[in-house]
Amino acid sequence: MTDRQKQNIINQLCIVSSWLIALVFFFPIFWMFLTSFKTELQAIAVPPLLFFEPTLENYSLIEERTDYFKFAWNSVITSFGGTLLAMLIAIPSAYAMAFAPGKRTKDILLWMLSTKMLPAVGVLMPIYLICQQLDLLDTKTALVVIYALINLPIIMLILFNYFREIPVEILEASRMDGASTISEITQIVIPLSWGGIASTALLSIVLLWNEAFWAINLTSSDAGTLVALVASFSSPEGLFWAKLSAISTLACAPIVVFGWLTQKQLVQGLTFGAVK
Amino acid sequence: MKALRKSALALALSTTTALSAWAGELTIATVNNGHMIEMQKLTPEFEKANPDIKLNWVTLEEGVLRQRVTTDISTKGGQFDVMTIGMYEAPIWGKNGWLVPLEFDADYDVDDILPAMRGGLSYEGKLYAAPFYGESSMIMYRKDLLDKAGMTMPDNPSWGHIEDAAAAMTDKASGTYGICLRGKPGWGDNMAFMTTMANSFGAKWFNEDWTPDLDSPAWNHAVNFYVNLLTKYGPPGSEGNSFNEILALMNEGKCGMWIDATIAASFVTDPKQSKVADKMAFAQSPIAVTNRGANWLWAWSLAIPAGTKQADDAKTFVKWATSKAYIELVASKNGWGSVPTGTRQSTYDNPDFKAATTFDEAELKAILSANPSNSTQDKTPYVGVQFAAIPEFQAIGIAVGQQITAALAGQTSVEEALANAQQAADREMRKAGYY
Amino acid sequence: MNQTLARWLQAPSIIMLLLWMIVPLSMTIYFSTIRYHLLYPDRSGFVGLSNYEFFYTDPSFWPSILNTLILVGSVLSITVISGLVIALLIDRPFRARGIVRVLLISPFFIMPTVNALLWKNMIMNPVYGLSAVAAISVGAEPVNWLSEYPLWSIIVMVSWQWTPFAVLIFMTSLQSQDQEQKEAALLDGAGVWSRFYNLTLPHLARPIAIVILIQMIFHLSIFAEIFVTTGGGPGNQSTNLTFLIFAQALQGFDIGVASAGGLFAIILANIVAIFLVRIIGKSLTV
Repeated sequence: MTDRQKQNIINQLCIVSSWLIALVFFFPIFWMFLTSFKTELQAIAVPPLLFFEPTLENYSLIEERTDYFKFAWNSVITSFGGTLLAMLIAIPSAYAMAFAPGKRTKDILLWMLSTKMLPAVGVLMPIYLICQQLDLLDTKTALVVIYALINLPIIMLILFNYFREIPVEILEASRMDGASTISEITQIVIPLSWGGIASTALLSIVLLWNEAFWAINLTSSDAGTLVALVASFSSPEGLFWAKLSAISTLACAPIVVFGWLTQKQLVQGLTFGAVK
Repeated sequence: MKALRKSALALALSTTTALSAWAGELTIATVNNGHMIEMQKLTPEFEKANPDIKLNWVTLEEGVLRQRVTTDISTKGGQFDVMTIGMYEAPIWGKNGWLVPLEFDADYDVDDILPAMRGGLSYEGKLYAAPFYGESSMIMYRKDLLDKAGMTMPDNPSWGHIEDAAAAMTDKASGTYGICLRGKPGWGDNMAFMTTMANSFGAKWFNEDWTPDLDSPAWNHAVNFYVNLLTKYGPPGSEGNSFNEILALMNEGKCGMWIDATIAASFVTDPKQSKVADKMAFAQSPIAVTNRGANWLWAWSLAIPAGTKQADDAKTFVKWATSKAYIELVASKNGWGSVPTGTRQSTYDNPDFKAATTFDEAELKAILSANPSNSTQDKTPYVGVQFAAIPEFQAIGIAVGQQITAALAGQTSVEEALANAQQAADREMRKAGYY
Repeated sequence: MNQTLARWLQAPSIIMLLLWMIVPLSMTIYFSTIRYHLLYPDRSGFVGLSNYEFFYTDPSFWPSILNTLILVGSVLSITVISGLVIALLIDRPFRARGIVRVLLISPFFIMPTVNALLWKNMIMNPVYGLSAVAAISVGAEPVNWLSEYPLWSIIVMVSWQWTPFAVLIFMTSLQSQDQEQKEAALLDGAGVWSRFYNLTLPHLARPIAIVILIQMIFHLSIFAEIFVTTGGGPGNQSTNLTFLIFAQALQGFDIGVASAGGLFAIILANIVAIFLVRIIGKSLTV
């Protein structure tokens, strides 16, 4: 067997195993999707049914019982809003840190990360009481602000790493032309690191979309996100597995599809400065 | 600057949404149980009868609901106008002055509510929550399997008889397990069942001086019996089973017997979700040395937090949802087989209801025989059948539940588990200053 | 750019995070020294360090710290290593690679609660779960994952969710690797391992550092997976520090003790962070 043939076989093996791994990873999601078209009785059948007569009754039940679009809209507003707010704060800061680093820049960054380590459940009461005092319970505003704050450290970390890749010479050249700091950010830094900014934002949106703790504890009837909607389908007394699969499918679908569509962007952006 | 403007804008927007919660709009916190969902579906009927009240539903998972409403009510958050609570919370919260005492006019016929339910939802004679549906626990069993084994089920079997029946019905080769019982840790999960079993073995949670009594021989006897029974004749994975998991097994025909909430009877006899709907029969909870506290008592009920600005509207709603008329409304829409049960004597007196169900007598008997203020063989200082209605119980019940599950999983001995449980309970009681 | 301007630009993020940290933190410290039980609104007063003592003497305290460290450590190693392997596997172009990629990264978009419910009910359930069905079909005894290996079950769930994140980041970094350098090394007769060790790994140092840092933050406070599946048990075998605090705060309603626990968690998190930064700090930032 020649080296070439050997290489070929190895290549084929790689491809086959990639497919296998990918299918294993995706299988639980596929199964959830499948279960959402079963009746409650079929959902718990032993052995599990792969072929069955699909029913839409779970979906029509959700349609009848809840206002899916209200929850979905809340999810969109809070995850995009939180990300946008965090970005607006983070871009100038990360820019300053990257291009005028002080002695303590690295420490500040690590300190920022450490604020994320405060376990949410340990500070629930303080935050709850503050929101209550400010009359912000069950509002999207509270979630947007909290979401911006919890993702700010991660966004700062990633953006800082991107901005450092921008050659300083370019900035210096523009400064010679008398560009202001604002125009430096908007006309040079942002366009040059656009891929990084976009994919950081995407990452942040995904994380916020799935955030459960604050979404469940700070909302009731107005500002609930899809996470809260999913939680409301668990039942202490009564079978709910098929219905839960349907609502989970509906709750995850927007962000999964969003992730698929922006996959190319994510792939291009998240290189972490490896491109020189 | 942009960031500031943006957040100012968001703030302004949120204020308008906050204001839009106009008077006459009730926010109701509830759980995702069948009867509650049915109530949500009937919202238009209520709004038609009360055009100036609009209903807003917040459905939460049971544990989350308890945690959310407790946080809200104790901080006077005012997020909810009506809350779904259980028999555990009603007396504690009533005592704290967190709930509006409920007084209804004559046509509500408060005396029609089963006395055990009223008692469990009252504090010092005042009703603090109106029962929406109530339950006790009983045996649900497969008559066909029992017949095949050549055995019968008396109406008040002993635990020894249950063990024999479980042994006779178990056929692991075909995946049939003689008995399915709760094993998932939680004060409302395995401990609800475990406490009733322990009660019947003569055990109790606390002595009269409030010291925990988990290291008593009675507890040891009961837990040993439970672990042995489930290990020999129960399904694998009992440690993760609570109501729903066992319901799934039962409906698939995997269990011979199941002792759990009476509400399950309406699910296992429903041919739409059960493969064994026509093979089910019912009996009262088994007994070891006493029948006191052998079956639990629980009510999902509606209460009004003291902080709400719309107490009158809230009361109108609570009255509507827990009235005889509501039960008749459900009956007229879905038939008498699907009405919320366990609350009113008049439901059980109704000939249409009797004709529509096979479990009505067993359920009523179980509910009537439960007495929260006299549920143990020895005298105790607490109220409650499958719990002790004190604020510490939830934490204690969870810790003890974990230990029982560890014993069931074979990771500790029963003796060790109960010693740990005793220690955990003692810590909590000491911290709370009982002794 | 002068330092003053730089400070002004950094100010918003620093001030906001400072507020976000200081306000709840000081309230938490205050709560941790008083009697504060939600169900006893009339009890209050300074209690010194007794809340700390109560939390610290909980028999689950040390096990929960150990569990937290095991969780973080195992999930980090599993996700980073399998992330690397998978990323290398799909580095070479092949037909329909886009589909493989999409399938691979999908678990990252699933909500943690849904993740836990999926695994608990459809895979790990010893009666109707797929693993049980598979075991029975080959004549083996079904394994009761969640009660026999509770912590490992949680690790599997979390790793399923986060491996795709590692794959995503490593995959993109790999594509920016210098192909010419790789080919030159190949011509020099460098073996697979030596190419990986001398070229690929250094190239990936920074992405690996970032993956570890970001994941660590999330894994120190794993909650949903435990809450939905094992409830911290059996016994305390899958109780981590976050769950222990949850049990105190929201199940026991004792905010005083829970606040004390929260401060323990912050200390632990910072110890882990300092430790990690020592190890990977060099490849991060400057």
